[in-house]
Parts: sequence; structure tokens; C-alpha cells
Amino acid sequence: MINNYEILETIKMINEHHLDIRTITMGISLFDCIGATGKATARRVYEKIVNSAKDLVNVGNKISKMYGVPIVNNRVSVTPISIIGATHQNYVELAKALDRACSEINVNFIGGYTALVQKAATAFEDVFIDTIPEALATTERVCASLNIASTRAGINMDVVRKMGHIIKETARLTSHKSSIGCAKLVVFANAVDDNPFMAGAFHGVGEGDRIINVGVSGPGVVKTALESIPDGDLAQVCEVIKKTAFKVTRVGQLVARTASEMLNANFGIVDLSLAPTPAVGDSVAHILEEIGLESVGGAGTTACLALLNDAVKKGGIMASSHVGGLSGAFIPVSEDIGMINAANAGVLSIEKLEAMTAVCSVGLDMIAIPGDTSAEIISAIIADEASIGVVNNKTTAVRLIPAVGLKVGDFIEFGGLLGRAPIMSVSNISPLKFISRGGRIAAPLHSNRN
Amino acid sequence: MKAFITVIGKDKVGIIAQVSGLLAAEKINIEDISQTILAGQFTMIMAVSFSEGAKSFDEIARLLKEKGESMDLEISIRHMAIFEAMHRI
Repeated sequence: MINNYEILETIKMINEHHLDIRTITMGISLFDCIGATGKATARRVYEKIVNSAKDLVNVGNKISKMYGVPIVNNRVSVTPISIIGATHQNYVELAKALDRACSEINVNFIGGYTALVQKAATAFEDVFIDTIPEALATTERVCASLNIASTRAGINMDVVRKMGHIIKETARLTSHKSSIGCAKLVVFANAVDDNPFMAGAFHGVGEGDRIINVGVSGPGVVKTALESIPDGDLAQVCEVIKKTAFKVTRVGQLVARTASEMLNANFGIVDLSLAPTPAVGDSVAHILEEIGLESVGGAGTTACLALLNDAVKKGGIMASSHVGGLSGAFIPVSEDIGMINAANAGVLSIEKLEAMTAVCSVGLDMIAIPGDTSAEIISAIIADEASIGVVNNKTTAVRLIPAVGLKVGDFIEFGGLLGRAPIMSVSNISPLKFISRGGRIAAPLHSNRN
Repeated sequence: MKAFITVIGKDKVGIIAQVSGLLAAEKINIEDISQTILAGQFTMIMAVSFSEGAKSFDEIARLLKEKGESMDLEISIRHMAIFEAMHRI
């Protein structure tokens, strides 16, 4: 029998420490939607999403009530649209179909306006990439992503070069809305097929027809648990994080199983990621500070984050039958009150964030930079970040917002879970020649594992 | 179906009577009940099971919430599965 202490602990974790299910994401395969005309494809894409996910929000609400745990988002990811639209190349029309479907089923974001171009882009993928700024500027809920590198393929520097311009153009076209298009555009190395989190979610080509992937959250729960051992050594710190991650992940597993049954879909994975929100008490930065840093961004930050990331995985992995997605700790600057404060105070730099991404998921995330940052500098930042992912055999990503008209010291507001961000300083030493060379950075030696 | 009901708030006359009265009327069996004062707050935990013919979980949750609001208490009900998932391997 469950005892009273355990019952009250659960209730406290939910009511006071922000334990929640961050997202139930339904992955939907669109391969069977490719029609004889572009119009037919768009219609079938819309119909399949609406038919598959029409009950997603209702089921989310039902599960939330049954277990008394908040489910913050219900979302959809789809097969990369660059492939689905390859024949007719009516990509923006497809983006609008995704947007309408999302609106119809009351889902706030849909991921999968995606191209997988880690080795090379085909002609249709080049066309697709060029449509990204317009697609993001003319839709509300569509999220775009690219895989531009992998440990097996190396780094596609031709696309990296192009993405500097695409990101700047997306910022320009959405400048009247805080350049929000860039918050919906992720550039990956080693992208995963089953990520439930936006903006980088897409439904991998090797996935089944309808899959439920769940992302849990709980930075506040981990921080509160650590407060109980202010003088514990680092082995104890790891133990506390592992135990907490186990409990949090078990809730994710329960919700994922229940949602899969209720939606007649297959259970995919639980993503263990600690995902912060801008709310007080829901910060990954504050966990690092609880471990013993004066502020995130100072010396010791990378070590604390590595410890946290590893302990979360060790605790979570036994709690779910299938762990996947990104599974680590997220460090999005604008979505974490501790990161925002540290960046604003000048103690957290983009260079330190880059080092942190070597030991956690996912990358340089939700970082606002001056609007006049050149395209080649943005490309070079992407190349640096992709190198970390490729060499370390892990996922990394870049989601930068070159905030039009703003400079270091200004703030940009996105609102909601996307939060607000100080404009961070970026080195303006020119990488123009390096980026202009193009070509492909070869896969590292250790990718040859066969 | 089994669930736990928790009642948290300021102690007053008739909490058990009011909550158990509602449950009896709704064909919900109380299997275990305990109460304590935690950090100055009255805390009651009930293990309950839904009998045949009981209303849906959602409906009972709504009735309990309303009861809580009328008595200035926080009353919630959660399916037992969430506690077992978190605390039992």
C-alpha cells in the first residue's frame, strides 16, 4: 500500500515544484499522403493529421485530470515535408495545410517542416530550404528544422553557409513579431527521429504510422530535492538527482502508455529531458546553482551540467521501457529564468554556452544575438556547434534569433513558454573565407565503427 | 478503479462527514482513511474505490473540487496508478 508520505510527496512535486508533462507529441507518417497533384497532397496531409490527432487534446485533458498532473502541451510531428512535397514542390502550400490542421485540432505547434541534408541537398531540398522564411512568416504553428550534419556523414557546409542567410531572412520577415520565426527554426547535427519537443520535432522516416512520444519536465523538482542535502557530497547529489529523475520519468511512462492506448497509437519513447520554463522555480540554471555555483556561467558550470545530465539519464533510463528523443538537460536561454538573469548580468556568454553544449542536450538554444550579425558568422556558429555534435557522437542544435534592430543590452520578448532574452554579444571576427569555401567536412575517424 | 483523495486546508468541524457523505451518495467506497496535521495544515488522505454504477472519474473530480471550494479546502482525487508508478518498482 502506498503510504501517506509518498502520496504527499507526489502532490507536493506537482503542486509546488512544477512537475508536469511538458508534451504529448503524436508522430504521424505522411508517406501515404503524396498525391497526383500538389493540391491533392496538401488536402491529404490536412485530412490525415486531423483524423489521426483529433482526440489528442481531449485525451491529454482526460489524462491530466485522471492523474492530477498538468500536461502543458499537446503537439504533432510529421514526416519531413521536404520529402512529402518533393514531386510537386508546393512547400509553402503544405506548410499552410499543416497550420490549418493544427488550428483545427487545437494543437499549438507542429514540427516537421524539415529536410535531412547532412551529406548533400538534392535539388528539391534546395528549393525546400529556400521556402523556410516564407513558410515560417505565413504560418503560426509550423516549426522547421534541418539536419545539416551527422557523425556518419560529416558536416554539409554548403547548407551551413545557406542557413546563415535563411536565418537572417526569417528574422527579417518576422521582425514585426520579435523575429519569432527564428524561434521555430532549429539547425541540427545528429537529429533524432523521435524528439517530442518543439521546435525540432519531426517524425523520422523509419518510424511507424502513429506514435506517441512524451516529454517530461521537472527542473523545479530536482532543485527542491537537492535543497534537502545542502552539505551532501557530489555522490549524494547524483543519488538525489537519479531518484528524482526516476520518479519523474515513471510519470512520463504512465502518461505515454495511457495516451497510446486511448489514442490507438503505438507508444514510442519517453524523453527524459529536463525542460525549463521562464517561471520561477522551473530553471535548470538554478539546479546548477543549487549544486554550488554562485551563478550559472562561471567556472564549474560545465562540470555541474555534465553531472546533472548524466545523473538524469541514469535515473530515468530504468523508469521507462523506451527512452529516446533528446534526453538530457536543456539550456535554452530565453526559457530559463536563471539563464536569462546570468546572461543579462554578463556572467553567461555564448562561448560558455557552447562549452556547456558538449555535455548536455541540446545546443545553442533560444539565444538572441544582435540583428546586424552577419550571415557568415551565424553559419560559422552553426559549424562550431555541429562539430561538437559530430565529434562527440551526440545531438547538437542551433536556434539563434538575430533580433532585427536590436543590439547588446536590449531585450527581446517572445511571450509564453518561449520567454524573453537579452541580446548576447557575438565575436565579429570574420569567418567569411572559411564559410565561402563550401563543401563537406569529412566524418570523423571514429564514425567508422563497423 | 482505485484512487486517492487528498484534503488539505484548515481544520474545522465536519470535514470527514461532508466528504464521506458525498462519496456515499456517489457510490464510492472508502477503503482507508487517515488524517494528520502537517506544518499546521489539516491533511486527510482517503483510499477509495469506485463501485458499479458510480459516475465517471471526471464527474467525481468535479464534485469534490466544488465541495472543496465550498469548504475552503483543497480537495483532489488522483488515480492510484500515478502513485504506484512513482513509488513502486
